Amino acid sequence: MTTTVTGPGGEPLPPGPYRPSQLQRERESYRRRQSVRSVLLAAVSTGVVGLVLILGIVGSPGWERVKETFFDLEVGLDALPAVLTGLWLNVRLLVFCAMGALVLGLLVAIMRTLRGPVFFPLRALATSYTYGFRGAPLIIVLYLMTFGVPGLRLGGTPSVLVLGGIALVITYGAYLAEVFRAGIESVHPSQIAAARSLGLTYRQTMRHVVLPQAIRRVTPPLLNDMVALQKDVGLISLAGPIDAIRAAQIATAQSYNFTPYLVAGVLFVLMAIPLVAVTDWVTMRAARRQSAEGAR
Amino acid sequence: MTTTGHEPDAMPPVLACRAVRKEFNGTVVLDDFALEVAEHEVVVLIGASGSGKSTLLRCVNLLEPISDGAIHLDGEHITDPRVDPDDVRRRIGMVFQSYNLFPHMTVLDNITLAPERVHGRSRASARTHATELLERVGLGEKAGEYPDRLSGGQQQRVAIVRALINSPRLLLLDEVTSALDPELVGEVLSLIHSLREEGMTMLLATHEMGFARQVADRVCFLDKGRVLEQGPPEQVLFEPEQHRTRQFLQRIIDAGRL
Repeated sequence: MTTTVTGPGGEPLPPGPYRPSQLQRERESYRRRQSVRSVLLAAVSTGVVGLVLILGIVGSPGWERVKETFFDLEVGLDALPAVLTGLWLNVRLLVFCAMGALVLGLLVAIMRTLRGPVFFPLRALATSYTYGFRGAPLIIVLYLMTFGVPGLRLGGTPSVLVLGGIALVITYGAYLAEVFRAGIESVHPSQIAAARSLGLTYRQTMRHVVLPQAIRRVTPPLLNDMVALQKDVGLISLAGPIDAIRAAQIATAQSYNFTPYLVAGVLFVLMAIPLVAVTDWVTMRAARRQSAEGAR
Repeated sequence: MTTTGHEPDAMPPVLACRAVRKEFNGTVVLDDFALEVAEHEVVVLIGASGSGKSTLLRCVNLLEPISDGAIHLDGEHITDPRVDPDDVRRRIGMVFQSYNLFPHMTVLDNITLAPERVHGRSRASARTHATELLERVGLGEKAGEYPDRLSGGQQQRVAIVRALINSPRLLLLDEVTSALDPELVGEVLSLIHSLREEGMTMLLATHEMGFARQVADRVCFLDKGRVLEQGPPEQVLFEPEQHRTRQFLQRIIDAGRL
């Protein structure tokens, strides 16, 4: 007795290597037609919206004056060297503030996870810090540090730049502490039980088992906060140091034209693109790893 | 094989639980619990879910504080608050139902972490020893892999090696095959069997009655936080005296697991 191989539609299949059945071929061609249709639809609607926006802005009654005050190429090029010099300050400040905030955030997060009555003061300090500084507007903290602290007239007060950096570090440290804490708490208790059962102390368990997993898991949100910090570094201009935004403000005051601000803005965006791209890449990789774990 | 060690001259049992009580928020999990495990003895705990098997193992390893009573390891009172729990855990090995390997470390690093950090062994000697043990359990070529690349049975064998490398006085095994696919159970059970041949003192909780029968010197049936019945496996599993033991075993037989 021989059985004939049949396709899903009941038709006999010729012997030989695998070929998609009639059913599968129809399914694929239907999907192709559908995706061509949706791509066309998306392209057309994007074009229409873009056109309406451009016509709306360019056709507005005040467009000529806005164009002169914000998009003057000559003024922009004149201001570029000064703004670039200022941007270098932002970059340096960003690097130091990012490192400071990461270290502070990690320390505070660890302090918040300590258990036992001995650590109550540390825990209380860490908790009130994260409550306070996540709510405090960065500008107020910045003013307090850069105008208030020098006003105390203590010997050895650091420069306004350093004080402004400290304001950024303590504000961002509070956010990062919560991100780190979320990561620490996401490590399953069974991991801690396994480490302790091997005789590792609490410290060793944190150092070798909990923190490496926690930090890996929260890298995407941490990088996202770094992108936010990169922008907020520009707020230091409010306290006086000549960074990119301050340089743009000076150029604007000289030319009565706002183009230098636009130049500074574009430079900030350009500076953010690599970091944003890295963040996306890391997030994607983490998501893929997570789904691989889930599929196990 | 049933030395209870009450004679004053005898060696103290490796493990002795005396009148241990454990409550979780008012629920009594272990109640006036008594158990001794002699050197080289293999004691198997059986009983329904919630009968206190896992809780007992966690209490012995000081992962859970007990509510009353005392636990002794080699005659030393380890539930004394003045005792350093890390020092006690160094002498006890534990293997968990869900393996609990560290996912961010390779198999080899999982195994050498404690020897290096806790027992102060050199990296080289820890690695040589770990490789040797891995080869013995048939996982020599997996040393550099991460745990998520291994099957459940392989992961559990790594977890057993991770506990063994520290030469524990007592090995606790908490339903180590419950999370495994049926065709992977055998490889783990045969490893435990060979540990028994080498004289490892073990206290294990299991639902595998066939395995309990093969490996146990003594089977303890736990019910409502107490040892309701204990004795040689043939007796407890096939001629139980207590009604509740018979009931429990009947359910297991109905489920086709004995």
